[in-house]
This record gives sequence, structure tokens and C-alpha cells, in this order.
Amino acid sequence: MIGKNSLFGPIDPAVESGYSDPPARKGFFTDTSVCIGCKACEVACKEWNAIPDDGFDFLGMSYDNTGALGASTWRHVAFIEQPAGRRDGGSSAPVDLGMPSIRTSDGDTAAEEDGKPDFRWLMSSDVCKHCTHAACLDVCPTGSLFRTEFGTVVVQDDICNGCGYCVPACPYGVIERRKGPEGAKNVGIAQKCTLCYDRLGAGMTPACAQACPTESIQFGDVDELRRRAEERLEKLHADGVQEARLYGHDPNDGVGGAGAFFLLLDEPEVYGLPPDPVVTTRDLPRMFNRATAAAVTLFAGAVLSFLGRRR
Amino acid sequence: MTELKRPEQDARRRGRGRRRKRDGEQSMVPEAEFTSYYGRPIVKPAPWEADIPAYMFFGGLAAGSSMLAAGGDLTERPTLRRVGRVASLLSLTVTLVTLIHDLGRPSRFLNMLRTMKLTSPMSVGTWILSAYGPFAGLAAVSELVDMLPEGNRRGVLRLASALGKPAGMVAAVTAPPVAAYTAVLLADTATPSWHEAYRELPFVFVGSAAAAAGGLGLLAVPPEEAGPARRMAVGGAVLEMAAEQQMERSMGITAEPLHQGTAGRLMRASKALTALGAVGALLSGRSRLAGIVSGAALITGSVCTRFGIFHAGQESAKDPRYTVVPQRERLDRGQPIRYED
Ligand code: SF4
Ligand code: SF4
Ligand code: SF4
Repeated sequence: MIGKNSLFGPIDPAVESGYSDPPARKGFFTDTSVCIGCKACEVACKEWNAIPDDGFDFLGMSYDNTGALGASTWRHVAFIEQPAGRRDGGSSAPVDLGMPSIRTSDGDTAAEEDGKPDFRWLMSSDVCKHCTHAACLDVCPTGSLFRTEFGTVVVQDDICNGCGYCVPACPYGVIERRKGPEGAKNVGIAQKCTLCYDRLGAGMTPACAQACPTESIQFGDVDELRRRAEERLEKLHADGVQEARLYGHDPNDGVGGAGAFFLLLDEPEVYGLPPDPVVTTRDLPRMFNRATAAAVTLFAGAVLSFLGRRR
Repeated sequence: MTELKRPEQDARRRGRGRRRKRDGEQSMVPEAEFTSYYGRPIVKPAPWEADIPAYMFFGGLAAGSSMLAAGGDLTERPTLRRVGRVASLLSLTVTLVTLIHDLGRPSRFLNMLRTMKLTSPMSVGTWILSAYGPFAGLAAVSELVDMLPEGNRRGVLRLASALGKPAGMVAAVTAPPVAAYTAVLLADTATPSWHEAYRELPFVFVGSAAAAAGGLGLLAVPPEEAGPARRMAVGGAVLEMAAEQQMERSMGITAEPLHQGTAGRLMRASKALTALGAVGALLSGRSRLAGIVSGAALITGSVCTRFGIFHAGQESAKDPRYTVVPQRERLDRGQPIRYED
């Protein structure tokens, strides 16, 4: 079934994929303004999904030694230690969440003259966006990646042949082919967050959201989450947190809206997110036309080569 | 101990401080400042190795050779036909090996054929190859059968021999998509220097395919029969070079990786060899040696094109600059990509 918005634009992904009466679309709203960087989500995800380790490296990136999402990292908490000067879009201080104050290395509470910290933490738990138009799923040649009835995107381990095409297709760099460790399950095939498809099927909350102590990760129906996100944004703006912004909530954006979207306190790229991601298959009709024209050119050129002089 | 990094410092260092003058090439676009998360990549490079550019080269060579073979067949140039058919079968065999070898689970190769997905260039490409392959193979087998002494051609062998001509024609008609689709395979990704090349890349690739196959004809076919191969080689080389120029202009900042490091060296070699080969092909006339040298230059040039473009894409994925800057510029212009009814 190929409809008008099959490659781009707002759609209900489950209906588009042929489910006749699917349950409400499920997703995450991650409110990074209340994230405390505890990494409970990372741990819960690892444990629930029995994901192998992906190396134990010291990366020198604040408290982040995980680095990025990948085959064996389906939740990733980013840490950014930011001096006040860098703060984007307004002079407001962080909302007082009643969290412990920030100290400099010599033990003093870091403070400007007005008593507000001259430094802030940005922490954000990243995850597969379960895009409305998921490039990974579009380009998968085996049908291993599929759309669930919940509108999420899941790899079928027993079908993936490890072609790796989904990896460069994802505009967020989420999905990856598992490299190791040797003997671990699913080495050689693509892996990413399933939005806990098994738990959803049993009516449960995904492990990461369940484990989140601050409700930074909110799980629910995407429609409802989008409403909640708008409300939270208004509240923060009213409180003077002008730099708060939503990311991935708009069904008209480059991926047709993400099933997992965010409230951020700085530009997306500060958190390692692409500022204006687009599903590559949006341009597929044009690519197809160009390739067809090129193929015709080649054929015509070959025919021409045989015309004329006999030598 | 590892130096502790700050994202914003890091971003500044990467954004402003890095000089883009590697290998003596001056960047075409002024330095853009951008922010990143500790300079880490955003999109992931494809987990592909040399298999994939080799696959693209041999696919192009097979396609071009099948067309030369069919033309040779129709215009009674038996050596051109034979060289074309055998070359296409050999190239096709290499493409299959590289395609399978590249998989994370080679034993599951056939899963490619469990579905047909129009949104997946890899799926469509596998089906294009499946349509082309058997005919190219049959044409080559008939060629080998015809090399047997007359008395040994019986039964199936006689049938194979008889089917050579029609099979060769089908192969020639199904060949152009084999050469063109690999461009879509690369372009249909979030890899900046591949996706941004989507307008011209198919023309670069078919040009490269024609140059390689024509080059092989020049190299392996005596001058009396090599006229069409020469014309195909020159036409292909000109198309490839012109399309490549246009491509670099339309890619904006994502053209930079085509000029840097390994990719830059490969692309420069590709341009030099292709130009040299084309001029040589034009001037070689009845000289066998000149034909061989020009043919070899064109083939090597085509290999360099495929590897160069492959590497440029991989590098563009590893540097967040090529993902962030074009997107950030869109946003700052107030023109994010949004669906409009
Ligand atoms: S974020 Fe990437 S991996 Fe997740 S659904 Fe979208 S394209 Fe696929
Ligand atoms: S690696 Fe697996 S999931 Fe990814 S595109 Fe290939 S077959 Fe599909
Ligand atoms: S939804 Fe499940 S699989 Fe996805 S990040 Fe959370 S715990 Fe991991």
C-alpha cells in the first residue's frame, strides 16, 4: 500500500503498515530538564534485554563513559558540563529542582554575584526515536526491521542477515551491527531499542521508563505525550526557562515526528542529536528518477557506440 | 591519563581551528562554526569494507561488458562478443562473492530474496541482479560451449549454445540498472557525502561503468573490432568527469571529504587516469599497445572512483561537521525541512 505520505509527512505508522485496528501508538517523552544523570535507564535496559557489554573505556567526557547509542547501548545518558556563558537563548538560571548544589573542585559552591550557579549540567537520556518514517526500516532488504502494532520499529533477530544497510540510513546514528564480544548473542546483526516490545505486549512499561526515578522518561500514548510535552514547555517558559525547547514532537518534521521525543535545554547538537534530521527515503523518488535517467543514458550511449564507423 | 574534554571547547577547536588544507587542497566553503557532543559523530558510518566499492566496480564492469558483448554479437565482432561475455560472468561472480562476504551473517544471504521492498535499494538491487545474472551467465556459458570442438556440443550444450544470443540480448537490456542502482544504494542513506550526491551520482557511476567496460574492450580486443569499445570508453569517461564536476558543485560542504585524505588521493588518481585513458583511447588508433595502456588506465580510474566516493562518504559520517553544519544552516535560514501539504 503506497499512499501520498508513505515516504514523508504525517501518518499513523501502524495503520500505514497495514494494521487494521492497532492500539494507540506508544512512545517516550524524555524531559531532560529533570534528568539527574543516574543512568538507571541504561542499567535497566541492559539488564532487561540481556545486552552484552560494549567495552569499559574511560572516555574523558564528563560522567559519560558510554559514548553513544549503538548495538549494545540502547539507552545512552549524555553529560554536558556547561559554563553559564555558553547557555543558549536567555539568561535564566536552571529551574530549582531541589537537587544538591554544584560544587567546584575546591569544595565551594560555584556561584555568581547573584547567587546563581555559573555552571550547569545538561543530562539527557537518548534512545531510538521510533520514527514515523523510519529510514532503517525503509532500507532493510530482508524485512527484518518491521513496524509493530504499537507503531514502534523492531529488528527480528532471526531474519536480519547483517547487511548493515540500516546503519548508515538512520539519521540519528542509533542502530548498529553488533561487533562483539565474541560468543555474545546476535553478533553480526543489527541491534537497537525495541521499545521493550516484549513488555509492551504484556501491558507493562518499558524497563528504562520504569526505572527512571524522576519521571524524566515518560512512557505512554504518543498523542497524550505530545500534549504533556507542550504543557511542560509552556510551564518552563512561564518560569523563565526560555532555552527549553521540544525536539522531535512535530509530525511535520523531517521524520514525520519521532515516537520518542525530547524536551531539551540547548541546541540538539549539544546533546549529539542532529538539529534537523530528515528521513533519507524522502528523496527516494527523485533518486529513482535520476538513476533511471542515468541507466537510459548508459544504454543509449552503448547503442551509439556501435553506430557509425566499422572499426 | 586521558585529557578531560569539554564539549564546547572541543566544538570550537573542531569548528574553527581545523585547517582544511590537507593535501594542498583549499576548501571551497568558508569554515563554519558548529557545536557537537565532544566532537563525536552523529550518524554512523556503514559497517562496510572494501567489498562494497569492489562490488560497485565489478557490477559496473559486468553491465558495460554485457552491452559490448551484445553489440559485438549483433555487429559480428566475435572477439568483442567473447571478451564481453566472459568478462561479465567473471565480474558477476566477484560481485556475488563480495556481496555475501560483506554480510554480518553470510549464511543468511538468501533472506535478501524473502521479500521485495521498493523502498530498499538493496532489495531492488538484489532483484535487478537476479534478473540480469542468469542471462549474463547463460550468454557466457554459451560462449564457452562454442569454444569446444564441434563434435562435443550435444544435448544441453547445444541448447546452451543456441540460447547464447537471446540470453545476451536480455542481459544487455537488464544491464544498465545494474550499473545505475549502486548510486542509489549509497545515496539512500544519512551519510552526508553520499546522500547529498544523489542527483549526479548515478551519472558518475554509469559513466564509470562505461569507461571501465570500454577500457577492458580496448585492452583485450584487437583494434579492428575495438571501435565500439573505444567510443564507449571515451563517452563514459567524459560523462563521468562532467557529472563528477557538477556533483561537487551541488554538494556544498559535503564535497570536502572528496578532496581529503585517502578519498582525496583516490579521486585525484581517478580523474588523472580517466582523462589519460580517454585521451589515449582517442589517439590509440591501430596501436595495440596504446589500446592496452589506455584501457588499463580507464579500468584503474573506475576502481579509484568507486573507492574514492566510498571513502569520502565514510569520512563524512565520522565527522559531525558534515551532519550538523548543513542542518544548522537550514535552521538558521528559517528553512527547516517540514512537510507542507
Ligand atoms: S531513530 Fe534510527 S534506528 Fe530508530 S527508528 Fe529512527 S531510523 Fe530507525
Ligand atoms: S542489517 Fe539486518 S536489520 Fe539492518 S538492514 Fe540489513 S537485514 Fe535489515
Ligand atoms: S524501551 Fe526497553 S529496549 Fe528501549 S531503551 Fe528502554 S529498556 Fe531499552
